[in-house]
Amino acid sequence: MESCVHRIEVRYTTDPRLKMRTSRIRSLGFAVDELHLIDVYTINTSTRDFSEKELAEIGTQLVNPVVQKFLADIPTKIPFDYAIEVGFLPGVTDNVGNTARQTIEDFFSIKFVEGEAVYTSQLFLVCGKLSSTELEKLAATLANPLVNRVIIKTRTEYGNKGMDTIVPVVQLNELPIAETVNLDIGDTELTRIGKEGIVDPLTGQRRGPLALDLAQMHAIRNYFKAQERMPKDVEIESLAQTWSEHCKHTIFASPMDDDVPNGLYKTFIQAATNKIRAEKGDKDICVTVFTDNSGAIIFDDTYLVTHKVETHNSPSALDPFGGALTGIVGVNRDTIGFGLGAKPCINFYGYCTGDPDCDPTLFRGMNKSTPILSPRHILDGVVRGVGVGGNCSGIPTPQGWCWFDNRYVGKPLVFAGTVGVMPREFTGRKLYEKEAAPGDLIVVAGGRVGKDGIHGATFSSEALDPKSPVTAVQIGDPITQKKLSDVIVKEARDLEMYSSITDNGAGGISCSVAEMAKECNGCHVYLDKVPLKYHGMAPWEIWISESQERMTLAVPKEKIDVFMSLMQSREVEATVIGKFTDSGKCVVEWHGNVVMDIDLDFLHDGVPKKHLATTYTQKTYPEPDSSCPDSLDATMRSMLQRKNLCSKEFISIQYDHTVQGGHVLGPVQGTGRVQADATLTKVIPVSKKGVGLSQGLFPTYSEIDPYLMAGAAIDTAIRGLIAIGVPLDTIAILDNFCWCSSDEPERLGQLKRAAQGCYDYAVQFGTPFISGKDSMYNDFSGFDADNNPVRVSVPPTLLISSIGIHKDVTKSVSMDAKIDGDLVYVIGETFEELGGSEYFALLGGTGNTIPKLDAALVKARYGRLTDALNHELVASAFPVSHGGLGIALAKVAIAGQLGMDITIPSAMRSDYFLFSESLGRFVVTVAPDHKRAFELCCGADARLLGRVGGKNLRITSDKLLVNLPVSELTMVYKAPFRGY
Amino acid sequence: MPVALKRNAPKETGVTRQSPSAMIDEKALIMSGFGINSEMETKEVLARAGMDADIVHINDLIAGVKRLSEYRLLVFPGGFSYGDDTGAGNAYANRVRNNLWDDLLEFLDGDNLVLGICNGFQILANLGLVPAFDRHFKRDIALMPNRSGRLECRFVSLKPAADNLWTKGIDQMYCPVAHGEGNLSCTPETLLRLKRQKMIAFTYCRDDLTPALGEYPWNPNGSVEDIAGITSADGKVLGLMPHPERAMEFVNLYDWPLKKEQMRRKGLTVPTESMNMQLFRNAVEYFR
Repeated sequence: MESCVHRIEVRYTTDPRLKMRTSRIRSLGFAVDELHLIDVYTINTSTRDFSEKELAEIGTQLVNPVVQKFLADIPTKIPFDYAIEVGFLPGVTDNVGNTARQTIEDFFSIKFVEGEAVYTSQLFLVCGKLSSTELEKLAATLANPLVNRVIIKTRTEYGNKGMDTIVPVVQLNELPIAETVNLDIGDTELTRIGKEGIVDPLTGQRRGPLALDLAQMHAIRNYFKAQERMPKDVEIESLAQTWSEHCKHTIFASPMDDDVPNGLYKTFIQAATNKIRAEKGDKDICVTVFTDNSGAIIFDDTYLVTHKVETHNSPSALDPFGGALTGIVGVNRDTIGFGLGAKPCINFYGYCTGDPDCDPTLFRGMNKSTPILSPRHILDGVVRGVGVGGNCSGIPTPQGWCWFDNRYVGKPLVFAGTVGVMPREFTGRKLYEKEAAPGDLIVVAGGRVGKDGIHGATFSSEALDPKSPVTAVQIGDPITQKKLSDVIVKEARDLEMYSSITDNGAGGISCSVAEMAKECNGCHVYLDKVPLKYHGMAPWEIWISESQERMTLAVPKEKIDVFMSLMQSREVEATVIGKFTDSGKCVVEWHGNVVMDIDLDFLHDGVPKKHLATTYTQKTYPEPDSSCPDSLDATMRSMLQRKNLCSKEFISIQYDHTVQGGHVLGPVQGTGRVQADATLTKVIPVSKKGVGLSQGLFPTYSEIDPYLMAGAAIDTAIRGLIAIGVPLDTIAILDNFCWCSSDEPERLGQLKRAAQGCYDYAVQFGTPFISGKDSMYNDFSGFDADNNPVRVSVPPTLLISSIGIHKDVTKSVSMDAKIDGDLVYVIGETFEELGGSEYFALLGGTGNTIPKLDAALVKARYGRLTDALNHELVASAFPVSHGGLGIALAKVAIAGQLGMDITIPSAMRSDYFLFSESLGRFVVTVAPDHKRAFELCCGADARLLGRVGGKNLRITSDKLLVNLPVSELTMVYKAPFRGY
Repeated sequence: MPVALKRNAPKETGVTRQSPSAMIDEKALIMSGFGINSEMETKEVLARAGMDADIVHINDLIAGVKRLSEYRLLVFPGGFSYGDDTGAGNAYANRVRNNLWDDLLEFLDGDNLVLGICNGFQILANLGLVPAFDRHFKRDIALMPNRSGRLECRFVSLKPAADNLWTKGIDQMYCPVAHGEGNLSCTPETLLRLKRQKMIAFTYCRDDLTPALGEYPWNPNGSVEDIAGITSADGKVLGLMPHPERAMEFVNLYDWPLKKEQMRRKGLTVPTESMNMQLFRNAVEYFR
């Protein structure tokens, strides 16, 4: 039967979002009077057709007739000037289309066969007069050429027939066999293969970068020489994945200079944790560190909690929404894949982008080809992506941050983290341990495999032809993953149906299966069993595809039937693709032919070690040249409006931070709604305990002194938790290094110093690293409008994330000033430390004196504050961080919507005193009745600054410096992102 | 090295659940599957109110593994069923209607209660279980996209707008909304009937209980007449956009740190539970 195609267009009779949608697009500079949105469903079947009556029934299922109308095979006719239809390119996951298909299947009690599908697209009907250039630009704003196809019509072209019906079916011509690759060639060609990929014999094109250097290519050649055969493409692609920087962290693992023979990771990160754990003895909080998909610490006698923070930078630069979405659902799988499966219970985010008000004209290609996305576009997309991921998965996202710096314009950084919870054991079985046994079946569950994400982001966008080859961008499908997550964590795990599990992230099954094969020493995979989104994929593509929403499990033979029937009843696709062995080998078959047969030892440990050499030059920067203004009112306003200091509440409120019912201290706090630095969440309803999350990040300090930068990040991450009442001895930390130009000795020198800082400060605080990740090449190389080459590198960026356990959440404190007459204290000393500070940035300088940390001193201080909090002597506490004491005081006042009368000492320049970023400090407010007890507890560290009261924030030294109504401060603090 | 586990350590409990004797015999069924995500906290809140609940995957009901007739309270909890594809709650409602309709009608004929929260309310609306004028199950209301065009997660104040089994003893609720489509819309005739038959259960209001009058953020989504929740004509089905189950404890409330401090200064005892528990107590009380 020929294929039957029908098109259903759905619209609101009165669209509630019309005004908002139109005004958002107008705010981007388009002279649009109205922007209407029509949802389009294109139904493509071959085994049956739908009658007019049946199409009406389908339409009714797809709308709410109270507010929506549908038209079947008739174009929408409302007044408009242009039509822009945005659909998906072939092969891109279409979630709405899949749901519509299920609804139709249910209604008619039918099953769509292969090739039959429902495709969705969005039809924008534009009212307004636009030039064709403007129209193209508008379409570019509505679509992303990497995943979307766009068709534009004028009203005349639209006519009575409307838009064209397009079925984005994937058509692949490739002959799916494994090719043999000859490596017995010269070094030039070997280098080229390593850099640009294997030449595809059919197309003559390179298949995309392997990121293997010459030494690695030699190692591979030598291995196969010893085997007396030539390698298959599957084997080389597989080695490239397993040996990649992403998987093996070669820079952190390689010997460095003469003094770090074991590499940065072992010497500074792992060694710090080992030392801390040994020193803590039976007070050790770690359960699993570094070895599993997440790190885990003790929550209480019954439960443990896990944490992991990932980055998804390159994908987010190209497709901010999709990149961030797959980033967050990807790290959710690091939770589901921890031990035998932890339940994701808190999401965490962090975004570094350029200033969203700037629009740099930079291009990836020459002659103004492939412009980079604007920071605003990137920010909007990543904010939405992480939101959709968390919201759809039912995981609260309370904690996160943004940092703006124009060195992130070429490559934004997108951090996504997830905390999980699980019982430490279940019926005597330790749930944080797993082991695949020889004979266990290899099962892949979740989504199907397509060409998504092959070779990561190394692809070019094709012309907008519906028959163009599938794209390499991944689109997350949170609901498919939610189904998978629920059945694993809430059902299969405690039914003891599998012996090991891990997630499919980078490298797809090539990495997950080979990784699990270490547990039993071997695997045998039948690649032709892997369920595909469409025919025609080559074996190497199936093996390394990074299609999302998949977990790999080891299921004992005797449990496979119950396991499969459980999966089926939850509508989660699961397939046996092979078995685990103890052969010492990773063997892969494709339709009866062995296409890979490599020793596991070589696969995992055969990568040749590099020796890295570093240099370090202490740089000096000019100090800003200015004198202290007489009044700091204007300065205070300018500081509060700085994008790194002001409110980004628009993010917090579009992220569900209350699902799972554990909200205690949320992302915004107080009557005045100020964004806090730490949040507290209950993860076990019947426990008094809670999980605190915070972080520290000081990219502006890196170029001045990466060692002190690391200290600032660690102290700030810890201090955020101390302020809400989490005791130091329950805190663990995570490191995420996002470096640049990591082949330059000078950058490596900075990295080494930062890693050294990590070791020293973590050990002094006694806070173990439990997990970490690095991303080493965050550089952009492109061109400006005049074809001049441009390189933009991110500042060396270290994110320290902290997690700690609050013993009794009813004793936690929020940041807002609460009661008129309360005393305001600053705890900790302020030094003239403004290098890299927000204040110096405002003054247009960098400076050199960045905050130094006396960890022993502040550690004792934190203990005293914890005591004061335990005794409920403190009404509010807030860590002094970016922007210094002045900003902290303003935020505490805004949050409480209460004024303050503050006196500061006059020994230091007043502006420096107020905006210095010295570490180890808090602003706290205390009830007058608790004055004595509090001062007794906190000692000389706490300096009384004044009182809460009145309508203004007044700050005086020997003269009145700041006198601003809290209402005005509130307005200023919230102004920059109003309308986002 | 993994740490040694302390075996048989007593479970720490910060909150007292109902003693077993206070639990009623009737059971609740909490629907799950396809992206429903608030089933666990809904089970917890019912347990604290005195009712045991089973979380049941919709496919287990369809397959007959579990039967609706064994339960007295049916709950459609919050979530993102089918990722809101084809409209929030619509695809899940289609699944129910296309597979479980007869069982559901039988359940509604009995002396039973149905509660839908957030996505659950959207499902009820698409099933026509609310408002169900004259027991006519058709779609009379729509929960449209929020006026802001995106998901809003924030605490809201709610005021009961009718005297019924659900609102008994409630002066005010204070709990989060977290939805992208909660903007209740209907024809003027439907609205009139909702009012006349006293089916508007809860409305959004300001903190001092004065009407929100459609004003953001007190009315978070643009809902007509500030409607946050309605019952069916017979009062036994309640659909509600906000999430009282997510703020069952005092420390879950947005403003608890301030309230705690104010109470302590006045020498008052700080409560452990929130006012939102009353809604669930009312449901349980119905069966006592």
